[in-house]
Amino acid sequence: MATNAIPMRALGLWWLVFLLASTPFLQLVYGVANNSLGPDPAEQLMHSTGEWVMRLLILVLLARPLAQWGYSQIFVYRRMLGLFVFFYASLHLLVFAQVYIGWDAQILGEELTERPYVIVGALAWLLLVPLAITSTHGWRRRLRQHWRRLHQLVYGVAILGWLHLLWLSRSDVGDAVVYGGCFLLLLGWRLAVYFKRHGSRHRRVSA
Amino acid sequence: MTRRYTDYPRIASSEITPEAVWLNRRDLMRHALAAGVGSALLGQATTSVAASPKSLTFSPSDPQSAFATSEALTPEADATSYNNFYEFGTDKSDPAAYAHEMTVDPWSVEVGGLVNKPGKLHLEDLLSGFDLEERIYRFRCVEAWSMVVPWIGFQLSDLLKRFEPKAEGKFVAFKTLHRREEMRGTRSFTSIIDWPYREGLRMDEAMHPLTLMTVGLYGKTLPNQSGAPLRLIVPWKYGFKSIKSIVSIEVVDKQPETSWQQLAAHEYGFYSNVNPEVDHPRWSQRYERRLPSTLFKPNRIPTQKFNGYEEQVGSLYAGMDLSKFY
Repeated sequence: MATNAIPMRALGLWWLVFLLASTPFLQLVYGVANNSLGPDPAEQLMHSTGEWVMRLLILVLLARPLAQWGYSQIFVYRRMLGLFVFFYASLHLLVFAQVYIGWDAQILGEELTERPYVIVGALAWLLLVPLAITSTHGWRRRLRQHWRRLHQLVYGVAILGWLHLLWLSRSDVGDAVVYGGCFLLLLGWRLAVYFKRHGSRHRRVSA
Repeated sequence: MTRRYTDYPRIASSEITPEAVWLNRRDLMRHALAAGVGSALLGQATTSVAASPKSLTFSPSDPQSAFATSEALTPEADATSYNNFYEFGTDKSDPAAYAHEMTVDPWSVEVGGLVNKPGKLHLEDLLSGFDLEERIYRFRCVEAWSMVVPWIGFQLSDLLKRFEPKAEGKFVAFKTLHRREEMRGTRSFTSIIDWPYREGLRMDEAMHPLTLMTVGLYGKTLPNQSGAPLRLIVPWKYGFKSIKSIVSIEVVDKQPETSWQQLAAHEYGFYSNVNPEVDHPRWSQRYERRLPSTLFKPNRIPTQKFNGYEEQVGSLYAGMDLSKFY
């Protein structure tokens, strides 16, 4: 409701955030166009797009705790950031299809049945699809209270994304530990809030 | 400020001699001796490049043999900037960025175990004690990328024969240098590799003429990121078998445990022969990206069994179930 009308001052900031979130993409486009991503751009393209999915997802999940602590303007940018999560996840998938799969259905079938990290990654992207589609104001109105429940799928995306990263780790679990820690804090905070609310309701009922 | 380490007393030569001069003293000496003052100045002009590799004298490979291939060489800049050498970090660009922190001169390799004449090889022995030859091999990484590289070295069999392996020696075990203060990757708290890096070969694999003890590439000594000053190249196996910066070669009677096996035995077997029919849990092995690759021209080519060296090495594995002994 509050996000319908963005005040002018916030609009400038909105574009700034948009530009910042686009920067990794523009860098990659520049790198591909100038062939400056090294002899095997596949790896850097996958790594960079994947990493930005995780980072932006953390920002999206930060919106609620930040709002709780008085920074509710953050909601102005949350939908955009969420769509950027979907954008980078889709790029990630496209590069995978182009460079690793070669658009070969048989190989895709193999990857989707034999490699657990590919399976959870694909699942995470699938969960993002309905969220991206229903991100508009129209859909939000139409879905009413169900919208919120539907968009809680983002927690599943975070967990699957983290599993994807963990199962990709080979000799160094640094990334998995850092992102895992962030998600643990963000989801843990929500659980704490949930139990506090429900706990107090129980108390009220029994009183 | 000089940091002090208590592991062992050591004065880095770089603290005594200005580094640029120190790194290039051989070049300077050779140039001065061979071609006079003119090229000595030329040599000096290039001293700003860290650890600039020295050119090597070697015999070219026979283009009609498996020791060469007519496939296009991977550009030298690509082969020396895109490396896996986890001692310096797990990113492909880490070795080229940080491997210069490793001291490779002086260097010695301990050769022991089940041999009649155990001993040490020094850097000088490696570079001038063997007849060097060029081998142009396909190099296939388990991550499904590949290169074609002109290596320079000598057969591992020539080295082993000097130390006279005993009959009960059935395997050869190798170790990479492990020097924490010079290898930032080994200082990572989240790394789960038990250093030093270890690899191994069966004795018949080690004695095979394709198996190369490598001291150079593209006509020059190995740059640090490529495993200076001495590395193994086993062209029919995945790249991680080709251990870098070797300090120990030991003849043993039991199959040695390798680093990747220790980490994930179900993913990395002792043999690790290139095989498109045996899948790896992470990567399909049926295709490879021949580097350089681009987004729109990935250069995907089918992977060959034994990386195309089946004719030469297939008999080593006769009767073995390669999906079991992967």
